[in-house]
Amino acid sequence: MIKIWSWGVVIFGAMFFALPLIGMAEFSLSMRRGVYSLDAYWVVLADPNFQATFGYSVIMALATIAFGVLLVVPTAYWVRLKIPAARPWVEFITLLPLVIPAIVIVFGYIRLYNTSSFLPMTGSVMGTNLLLMFGYATLSLPYMYRSIDTGLRTIDVATLTEAAQILGAGWVTIIGRVILPNVLASVLSGAFLTFAIVIGEFTMAALLDRPAFGPYMQILGANRAYEPAALAVIAFGLTWACMGLIGLVTLLSKHTQAAKR
Amino acid sequence: MAFLNLENLEKSFGETRVVRDFSLAVEQGEFVSFLGPSGCGKTTTLRMIAGFETPTSGSIQIGGVDVVNTRPNQRNIGMVFQSYALFPNLTVAQNVAFGLRVNGVDKATSAARVDEMLSMIGLGSLGARYPFQLSGGQQQRVALARALAPAPKVLLLDEPLSALDAQIRVSLRAEIRAIQQKLNITTIYVTHDQEEALSMSDRIVVMHKGIADQTGTPKEIYGRPATRFVASFIGTLNQLEAKVADSQSGQIALDDQIITLDRPIGHANGATVALAIRPQALRIGAPVTGEVSMRARVIEAHFLGAVVRLTLSVGYTQFSVDAFNRADTNLPEAGTDVVVAVAASDVLLLAD
Repeated sequence: MIKIWSWGVVIFGAMFFALPLIGMAEFSLSMRRGVYSLDAYWVVLADPNFQATFGYSVIMALATIAFGVLLVVPTAYWVRLKIPAARPWVEFITLLPLVIPAIVIVFGYIRLYNTSSFLPMTGSVMGTNLLLMFGYATLSLPYMYRSIDTGLRTIDVATLTEAAQILGAGWVTIIGRVILPNVLASVLSGAFLTFAIVIGEFTMAALLDRPAFGPYMQILGANRAYEPAALAVIAFGLTWACMGLIGLVTLLSKHTQAAKR
Repeated sequence: MAFLNLENLEKSFGETRVVRDFSLAVEQGEFVSFLGPSGCGKTTTLRMIAGFETPTSGSIQIGGVDVVNTRPNQRNIGMVFQSYALFPNLTVAQNVAFGLRVNGVDKATSAARVDEMLSMIGLGSLGARYPFQLSGGQQQRVALARALAPAPKVLLLDEPLSALDAQIRVSLRAEIRAIQQKLNITTIYVTHDQEEALSMSDRIVVMHKGIADQTGTPKEIYGRPATRFVASFIGTLNQLEAKVADSQSGQIALDDQIITLDRPIGHANGATVALAIRPQALRIGAPVTGEVSMRARVIEAHFLGAVVRLTLSVGYTQFSVDAFNRADTNLPEAGTDVVVAVAASDVLLLAD
């Protein structure tokens, strides 16, 4: 009896996820009346705006990931090594982006860094891009920090640091050659989440008026019928491809096998 | 002057003085063990030499240069940790090469040195393996090779064998000692295992509550413990409560018997002292020249194979006597009175 119920719950949950996806995929294939076709996909992929905005968002995502790794790995490492008592506080700070809406952050940015401020970052395209990247990094901070911190927990940070130090290594070498490679799987999962957040982000990019993928999806969704569904399926597929890649990398990096045994 | 010089080292964590007034001079190529129970300050002293802890006061000199303000990565010291601390993301060869590469040694030279180190520890064929593919003993040998590869001035070993099982511990300690002697490298070895310290060291520092109780060769430490702590920590030792009867003529009152030692006693008449005697120094039988004797009652006799251990009593104090088991040995019956003899020079007096 219990078994039937638990299967029922599983099936209900699966339907909860699967049905909208199936519906969306089905709809995206229905551009030509009466038969399934990939017409909507060709339209989307051929749209130069799609290529431009998607390319822009990918570059922004990569920049955000690089910045996030450079910021979070040394921070989480330092907190674990030197000020473990501060860990709850740092964790709290990294959680703040979850409770502060993106729109609040971006309004703050615009107020602080507008063209008549002391640091007119919104005055230039590069400045605005930089501002957007910082915004993205803030949004992804909770996920990035958490996954890297979890990764650091699996290695003996203090002893490995001392072992590297006594062999003559400085801080940059320690972080770059000892700490980072050993938490690479966690960094990648953080990076993947960051990628997903940046690709789908709408508010910040729209308010800073940058040609990102999020606003493009919104414009397309407001003006077309089948193409947005096709776009969503493409984005979904890309996300899953990313996830598969991460799994592959984790599988292929030999030394992490020890942790799994 | 000695190669490694520790002078009046002090370390306090808040109110707790972990290391007190610690001084030690270690010669080039000497193997010195810090021996003591956990919390005695031996690891803290080692970590001060490595540079991971800063002394509250005192000085550390290596080769005549004060290194207290030198960062750990500038000290040119090799260290082996209890938990191996191999870099999990690097192969065995890359681990051994790590210290060479960060010090700017070129690839070819470092590869040759790595080969030399790996064959020295007998793992020449395992260079391409990852640490998790090795046993504990192999990992610790790699850690030793890694520490020695950059040719450090001093080698520090922090309980390197504690995580290993008994058999490997014994074989590896011989190996470590052989490598140390071959390279003639100044070595500090921290352990809580007296057998390790006694079998490997040139000298031992027995530590207790942050103080170096005694520094000496293994033979001195074992045969002439300077304090009650050393006496009780190293090996089995009988301690018999007694009173000084006459310090000039070396007379000591043990229960209702008077024992006359061959030397004057450095304690006042009437002072309470402990007679410390190793179980194997005692023998059942009448005294010969140079020996002292006492009457004792047999409580029980244990047959331990090669050794026979008797438990005897004088008054209310119990002590044990070890004798080799010979075919002609007759075990005394429990309850009988016997005479026990011991060389007067083997009777140590320990004050409180």
